[in-house]
Amino acid sequence: MASQEQLSAIKGAKVLMVGAGGIGCELLKTLALSGFQDIHIIDMDTIEVSNLNRQFLFRQSHVGQSKAKVARDAVLRVRPNISITPYHANVKESRFNVDFFKEFDVVLNGLDNLDARRHVNRLCLAADVPLVESGTTGFLGQVTVHLKGKTECYECQPKPAPKTYPVCTITSTPSKFVHCIVWAKDLLFAKLFGDKNLENDLNVHSNDAANSSEHSDVFEYRKDEDIEEYGRRIYDHVFGHNIEVALSNEETWKNRNKPRPIYSKDVLPEKLSEQNGNMEKGCVTDDVSAMASLGLKNPQDVWSLGENSRVFLEALRLFFLKREKEIGNLTFDKDDQLAVEFVTAAANIRASSFGIPLHSLFEAKGIAGNIVHAVATTNAIIAGLIVIEAIKVLIKDSNNYRMTYCLEHPSRKMLLMPVEPYEPNKSCYVCSETPLSLEVNTHRSKLRDFVEKIVKAKLGMNFPLIMQGASILYEVGEDLEEDMVAIYAANLEKALSELPSPVTSGTVLTVEDLQQEFSRNINIKHREEFDEEKEPDGMLLSGWVEPPVDKDKNKPIGNGESTSNALPAEESLEAKKDVTIQEISEVTEIATGTKRKLSEVSKGTTPDHSGLSDETRNHNQLEKLDVDDEDDELMISDDWESLTKKKRL
Amino acid sequence: MPKKLKHQNNEQDAGLKELLRIVDEPKARWILWRTQPLIPIFSRFARLLKVASFYGYCEHLEFALKLTVQVVVEQETALYDRQIRVWGADAQRRLSKSHILVYGIKGTVAEFCKNIVLAGVGSLTLVDDRVVNEEALSANFLILPDDNLFQGKTLAEVCCDSLKEFNPMVRVSVEKGDISTFGVEFFEKFDVVVISCCSLAKKKLINQKCRKLSKRVAFYTVDCRGSCGEIFVDLQNYKYSKKKLEENIDCQLEYPSFEEAISVPWRALPRRVSKLYFAMRVIEGFEDVEGSNPGETLIADLPGVLKLRKELCETNSLNESQIPNALLERLLIGTREYPPVCAIIGGILGQEVIKAISGKGDPLKNFFFFDAMDGKGLIEDISEPNTGS
Repeated sequence: MASQEQLSAIKGAKVLMVGAGGIGCELLKTLALSGFQDIHIIDMDTIEVSNLNRQFLFRQSHVGQSKAKVARDAVLRVRPNISITPYHANVKESRFNVDFFKEFDVVLNGLDNLDARRHVNRLCLAADVPLVESGTTGFLGQVTVHLKGKTECYECQPKPAPKTYPVCTITSTPSKFVHCIVWAKDLLFAKLFGDKNLENDLNVHSNDAANSSEHSDVFEYRKDEDIEEYGRRIYDHVFGHNIEVALSNEETWKNRNKPRPIYSKDVLPEKLSEQNGNMEKGCVTDDVSAMASLGLKNPQDVWSLGENSRVFLEALRLFFLKREKEIGNLTFDKDDQLAVEFVTAAANIRASSFGIPLHSLFEAKGIAGNIVHAVATTNAIIAGLIVIEAIKVLIKDSNNYRMTYCLEHPSRKMLLMPVEPYEPNKSCYVCSETPLSLEVNTHRSKLRDFVEKIVKAKLGMNFPLIMQGASILYEVGEDLEEDMVAIYAANLEKALSELPSPVTSGTVLTVEDLQQEFSRNINIKHREEFDEEKEPDGMLLSGWVEPPVDKDKNKPIGNGESTSNALPAEESLEAKKDVTIQEISEVTEIATGTKRKLSEVSKGTTPDHSGLSDETRNHNQLEKLDVDDEDDELMISDDWESLTKKKRL
Repeated sequence: MPKKLKHQNNEQDAGLKELLRIVDEPKARWILWRTQPLIPIFSRFARLLKVASFYGYCEHLEFALKLTVQVVVEQETALYDRQIRVWGADAQRRLSKSHILVYGIKGTVAEFCKNIVLAGVGSLTLVDDRVVNEEALSANFLILPDDNLFQGKTLAEVCCDSLKEFNPMVRVSVEKGDISTFGVEFFEKFDVVVISCCSLAKKKLINQKCRKLSKRVAFYTVDCRGSCGEIFVDLQNYKYSKKKLEENIDCQLEYPSFEEAISVPWRALPRRVSKLYFAMRVIEGFEDVEGSNPGETLIADLPGVLKLRKELCETNSLNESQIPNALLERLLIGTREYPPVCAIIGGILGQEVIKAISGKGDPLKNFFFFDAMDGKGLIEDISEPNTGS
């Protein structure tokens, strides 16, 4: 039970919750029960059916409504006399500025994406408000406390970057099912149903000009063309012709298994139309579905090549028949049944061609949609831990702050493992004054590349302002003059050295995000060549800690409950493997953390997660910690060993 | 979509009966709930089925019904999508066929009930005849202040109403009466029994009854005192398989009963067993001797508690410093619960019950402790060395 001191701190506190999803529902309930009286909650999402298994404040009848508002109403039924202020909005909106954050005694994050987490971290630093951060996946979770100057900020430790795949693996040499999914989703689906003006690498390997002009017509739907004929033409082109073209390049297949071209006539009868009966099911589900019209029921079944081919043609037919207006501006959405069906079928046909095992729609959806596994229990536990830390923050009990890990397998008998928070990383580009330098080809790289790849992707700025001395090169904002907008747009397309105030070797650029009150100077160094494989950005930012590169890990831990597809399209996950991968990454993080604490190695060196020797090292570190920690038994559980071994495999 | 099943008309009851011929009950209820907008179609099915069975044409209609069932399976997959991705469709099926009994509903058990109802167990039976009072509200979010008029309703009844809303596919019901008088056969209906806020004698008694059955009933006790919580697990003889190095390894765990566990001499325990284990036993023992209700021991009782600590430590040749005064004082703060700890203990318990039902994952053996003060969530194996795995 809370002490008097705690109770009065709780009563007087004004807290901001960001996120009303899996963790948010649990957190709001526990805060209210614990006696908090003034809670503000921001969430831009609306309720979906797949939320209902754990976001217990929501019911079937709430589907489509604002999470923040419904959560507020539900909790007010339990505690009618407290104040809960909901915002159905994006936390990045300009009204949630530093002044807004300053009103709160503590900020509690229950977010589902890295982007928003970084943003809230910046604002908490700028407003000097303590932040309790959290995340869960499956049975794993973590809670951390961030207090400016006292503990590390959310960005002191680089987060593993989401997985991306080399273009040629996707376009010509897939070896895993995820490659086929990326191809089906980002190339084929985008080509057929997305914005026609966007660049698309679908035909990247037909180099000669004659061929490519021929190809551009293949995807065009001709007026009055029979839709099945059109579907078969696409089918034969992408699964048959393109594979033949690829096969003609002997060099590629010297050390690889050759793919098999697949033509529709080989797997399907001449005419299909009459066989697609059974449309009555449309009355049961409103969604247009190829599965339904083909009488395929169980999303967990793996379809044969023939079934996949039927789904492919039927989904294509339904898009043109029932959703023609949307064609041209569709983007893949994991909640769009027909899109998931199309992508599953296309990925499976391609997998079949390359000798890769086929997957069910359920599995394919998980991979294509970056679905993060989530259960109610972990969220409840994490929410409880957040409240415990929040109360410590309120009574300024800073010696007892803990970061706590919720584990699936016990480590040293612990399922909940508290660790002392780390000190701020002295070379953190967010919370310290570390100078940054950028190696770039100033003649070739455009300002746009700099803005997209560095300012947005690496520094996480949303409303950047870029200055060279006193002159502004680029700015994003709501109230800009039209002529300025035009100048900035023109600047974006210019190489750095050709800008009105040229950026060359030795130039110092100032990059600022006014909303985040975050500003950095970047020293520019010209460099002629970059390694396309290792430095795909064509730029190298240093002073900024690179995320650990790990071939298997593809998700930052604590990226947490994902309900909206917040990650950009080229990032994809191998969902099947994810469960094991996640638990490994979790424990690895703890182990490396331990390493830092123990040996006092210089803060900010990037822990190298790859390779066998490191696991052994991490393992040893845990043992060392056991020796150091007098209060605990000297014990390594079998699970730990199995975990590290699993990773070696 | 209407939420409750209360307004079923007769036709739907007939439909339920027919459905039960081809699916189990939770699924049948789920189908009814999901197909409410289709009642006209559905009752037509039911009526047709009757006519058909009269003429012996059942097969076709069963096929039609199976189609409906299939639609429902899809929708079920949609609801449980995220968790099926954690524990698999197989485990989800086992969950939906399991029956859970809980006794003693305070904040921690309320959290637990929410967790397993959301997870989609088959049924949950609540036993707690205490009337709802002000104190019961403190950490229990299942009791809404609208219900504050109480109307003589018991805790189990009030909580039952709230839990039903969380997941219409789970049957939540109330059993009245004194649980210690329930015969062994009563417990046979359940796969999992969770008891809380009850005396040492009751814990032992119910544990014994569960152990007398030929089927394995997983038994748990859970209690929170102050900012600390304890879970005890008895899975009797539990076999499961786990994946290790891509191989399935069969594992077996032998659990002691609650009585056996707490009678293991303290000196026989591992050297660094959580102090909470001893402290909980001292207070439990004190309440047993005094005949007081669980959790009603207050700081004023400290001298009596310290006296018992001395006795127990002497019998067990344990240094009294292993059970610090400060720890006992923190546990003796009355019956009010600390909501964050309820959420944590209720979450761990939910996870353990899901593991035991689904057969997925290592279950904990056999005590779990959480103390908000140091933030550790510890597993302790308290069993005679020969009952170990």
